[in-house]
Amino acid sequence: MIATGTKAPDFSLSATPDQKIELSQLKGKRVILAFYPADWSPVCSDQMGLYNEMLKIFHKENAEVIGISVDSKWCHLAFSQDRKLHFPLLADFEPKGAVARAYDVYDEQLGECKRALFVIDEEGIIRWNYLSPVGMNPGADGILDALEKMDKK
Amino acid sequence: MEGNTQAPIELVEYGDYQCPHCGRAYPIIKNIQAALGDQLKFVFRNFPLAEIHPNATRAAIATEAAAAQGKFWPMHDYLFEHQQRLDDESLLRYASHLRLDAAKFRDDMESDALAQKVEDDFESGVRSGVNGTPSFFVNGQKYNGDWAEEPFLAYLKTHSK
Repeated sequence: MIATGTKAPDFSLSATPDQKIELSQLKGKRVILAFYPADWSPVCSDQMGLYNEMLKIFHKENAEVIGISVDSKWCHLAFSQDRKLHFPLLADFEPKGAVARAYDVYDEQLGECKRALFVIDEEGIIRWNYLSPVGMNPGADGILDALEKMDKK
Repeated sequence: MEGNTQAPIELVEYGDYQCPHCGRAYPIIKNIQAALGDQLKFVFRNFPLAEIHPNATRAAIATEAAAAQGKFWPMHDYLFEHQQRLDDESLLRYASHLRLDAAKFRDDMESDALAQKVEDDFESGVRSGVNGTPSFFVNGQKYNGDWAEEPFLAYLKTHSK
């Protein structure tokens, strides 16, 4: 994964069938980028569902969370509606995995994003990153610790 | 908390009353409590997944309201035994079944302080690394293993004295 201290690579990806999100548009806010393998994993609270429950806590820290997988914008739309998600899921669909590759978190074998987290500050610099072991939901404590460290500076 | 306050094994569960996985864990924990006796102290903390389980937060508040009348565990148990019905009307019926003062219970269901307690539990869970329900911590360490009765009990026994 690309290192902390580097500038987060900019991107423009579809969030819904008719809306794109550009990372550079979010300057002034902290951004939590959550790369994950795929929508529709069969558990009560998968990682995206979990972050959905924590939005209030993230917003208190001036942080927006964004999910990214190689699923299409239509798949994201259905998944988002089913799980009642209140944050964007971006489709790293075409070219497949291009943004994940820019962040060096693309699994070439599986053709999916690895489960990786980046916390980006208000100026667009990566301040924290974490690669989750396969099959493990990393939760949010690492994210919150990172955000708090950023508060102290 | 349930069990011996001085017990060598502390098991903390972060749970959601509307979560089917927590429903499955409920009888397992009961069996584990029976097997370990005074070796075990069991603590339950609220982690309602409010977006996908619309009754979970109210159910959690109901247990805190029951706690205010000294009946946290009976309500905790009753809710897991009646997971299919956690709407407000049912919660009131359960309160009267447990012989709680209905008026006080109804007031406490709307208490900001109790709602805050549930939220505080949730935040403490997030900070401890809870990533879904149920999440278990044994003597402060997150347990990521199998919580089926056999492997879980075997693991817990390694912490007994």
